Amino acid sequence: MDIFLQQMINGVTLGAVYAVVALGYTMVYGIIQLINFAHGEVVMIGAMVAFTVITALAAGGMPPLAVVLVGTACAVPVCMALGYLMERLAYRPLRRAPRLAPLITAIGLSIILQHLAMLVWTRNVIAFPQIIQTEIYTVAGATITSVQLAIVALCVAMMAGLAWLVYRTRLGTAMRATAQNPQVAGLMGVNIDRVIAATFLIGAALGAVAGVMVGTYYGVAQYTMGSLLGLKAFAAAVLGGIGNIPGAMVGGVLLGVVEALGAGYIGELTDLCHFAGLSQTLAEHCAAESHFVLFGSNYQDVFAFLVLIAVLVLRPSGLLGERVGDRS
Amino acid sequence: MIHSKRALTLIAAAIAAALAACGEQKPAPKAEAPKAPPSLEIKIGHVGPLTGGIAHLGKDNENGARLAVEQANEAKIKIDGKDTKFVFFAEDDQADPKVGTTVAQKLVDAKVAGVVGHLNSGTSIPASDIYNKAGIPVISGSATNPKLTEQGFKVQFRVVGRDDQQGPAIASYLAATRKPKLVAVIDDATAYGEGIANEVEKTLKAAHIKVLPREKGNDKTTDWKAILTKLKGKNPDAVFYGGMDATGGPLLKQGRELGVKAVFSFGDGACTDEMTKLAGAAADGLLCSQAGIPPQAADKKFTEAYKKRFNADPILYAPFTYDGANLLIEAMKKANSADPAKYLPELAKIDFTGATGKIAFDAKGDRKDAEMTIFTMKGGKLAPIAIIKGGQTIAYEDFAKAAAAPAAPAVAPAAPTPAPAKEAPKK
Repeated sequence: MDIFLQQMINGVTLGAVYAVVALGYTMVYGIIQLINFAHGEVVMIGAMVAFTVITALAAGGMPPLAVVLVGTACAVPVCMALGYLMERLAYRPLRRAPRLAPLITAIGLSIILQHLAMLVWTRNVIAFPQIIQTEIYTVAGATITSVQLAIVALCVAMMAGLAWLVYRTRLGTAMRATAQNPQVAGLMGVNIDRVIAATFLIGAALGAVAGVMVGTYYGVAQYTMGSLLGLKAFAAAVLGGIGNIPGAMVGGVLLGVVEALGAGYIGELTDLCHFAGLSQTLAEHCAAESHFVLFGSNYQDVFAFLVLIAVLVLRPSGLLGERVGDRS
Repeated sequence: MIHSKRALTLIAAAIAAALAACGEQKPAPKAEAPKAPPSLEIKIGHVGPLTGGIAHLGKDNENGARLAVEQANEAKIKIDGKDTKFVFFAEDDQADPKVGTTVAQKLVDAKVAGVVGHLNSGTSIPASDIYNKAGIPVISGSATNPKLTEQGFKVQFRVVGRDDQQGPAIASYLAATRKPKLVAVIDDATAYGEGIANEVEKTLKAAHIKVLPREKGNDKTTDWKAILTKLKGKNPDAVFYGGMDATGGPLLKQGRELGVKAVFSFGDGACTDEMTKLAGAAADGLLCSQAGIPPQAADKKFTEAYKKRFNADPILYAPFTYDGANLLIEAMKKANSADPAKYLPELAKIDFTGATGKIAFDAKGDRKDAEMTIFTMKGGKLAPIAIIKGGQTIAYEDFAKAAAAPAAPAVAPAAPTPAPAKEAPKK
């Protein structure tokens, strides 16, 4: 049971990060129906900028928590600027173009950003300075670290803040109006360009924080770290229903849990030695080796995409339903 | 820039080749000539990356070989009755397989008698084919990939251990000293990681130690928590991971965070000082292995000479390239010829004591009973704790003492007096 609890803790932490990144995808999609594939790279740049700042400050006598906060405070504006520039230079000119054009642009941007990061921060894996002393708490046999608690708490806070922004403020109302029908929203006096830019800014800021969290959680960063993380977060967004903000949160956490449980238990579930009675050769093998594992933990990364496929087949609009305006 | 540099080196190579041609033609007609001191010029090449991320290691390798050549020149060796001058050709392969083959061809064209290098397995393997076709002996002091000597090339030798000797070494150390009952083996699904993990598993099973079903990540995995949590439930006494430090660091850190009490052990890919940065305090106590012996365990005479000549300590493989160059020279002396075809058989059956200990080659050209070193992380620094040699575990202190003791007769630029005596009966 403690193992199961531990896997749940692992999964929820991972899922919280996915959820925050997924919000960046889903907000942009909700408003302009664009899958911003470069969002994973924004997360990576956030981690890298924070790494540079934290490394520079780590030697000075500041308290570790303050150093990380300063690092985050630097990463957020850099990523927001990046998000704004992407929207302004790459996506806005293509807003009336066929849908495929901005999609390809997004993929191109993602490659450009990755390689820029490679030039600046080298292709090596960078070790994040381990300045925060990790406290380890034990709950019913499972352990949880202070960093994990901080990640989950931050993610919940950010999601709550976003929900408040979208449903309780004028900007949020404008965003929802633009999502439903940009033309009409424009006619009602909403400055669509500003609303869309704001969406990118908020998504990028969330991404930057997610990048810092991933960096401090795992202790490493590399210029390729954004691509798989981005794809998984995208899968989470689709899982919850793309364009749907609560959906991205639910999808992210669910995906994290599925991944942790999948990697943790698939080996045992597909251990053919449970069925050793069925075949003579199998029984012999099991007697000698005691295990015959069909799928091992190397399938960990596959679960996100298996779930994505299953959702697309069975419930194409996601668990909580797509929420985008009618436009054809 | 690159163009002019290349052009320059090409011109230099051309001149060298032309000179070489002259140099080799001259002695033949002049052999009967009355001139008293006929002289012989022998070219020895060295290849390693002198630019890029591991340039410091390339330079270290080069210095080792350079020292051997300079010492041989000081010793005024006579080969075939002629005063011999060894000329050292240092080349840069940028750790790039393509450049490696180009540079190898360049050395072949310059008619070198033997080559020490290359540093990386990735450059050594493609280059070995070129040396083989030209029949030029090549000794690597640092390439550990088994494939290098598995190609059936008679000219290829190495003085350092192989990757597939490393797995058994760390596994037998683990089995002998920590006496685990249950071991978990994880790898990163690369050729290197899976290969070394397989060897470890084989050795452990042979020692009747239970091994859990293999867990796998990949070379980019940073989240090991699911796998580690699963392992925690099985409560293994030791964990072995075949992979690089970039993934091994997070593995170790997360393992300790989850409260996995097992001993963590790694191969040389994760046996670096980088581990402290990647895993922080969790790195303390890890066990890991490296091929060869640490430079501080090399012969003291070598270390002092190196320090005097280059004003720096040997970093990693310099003792091995030093031995490599000395082996070439020793074989030439034994054969009394710098003709690769003549001295190659001598090299193959050589029995030599170098800065890294006794060297003899097996049929494949690998060093017999090559040493492996087991390290442990102590206070953020890797410290050698044991040497594994021919399946035997020797405590590092004992090995270092033994290395220091017979230093006097060990290396020394191949004592000029007994050498001619040996040559005389053969001729």
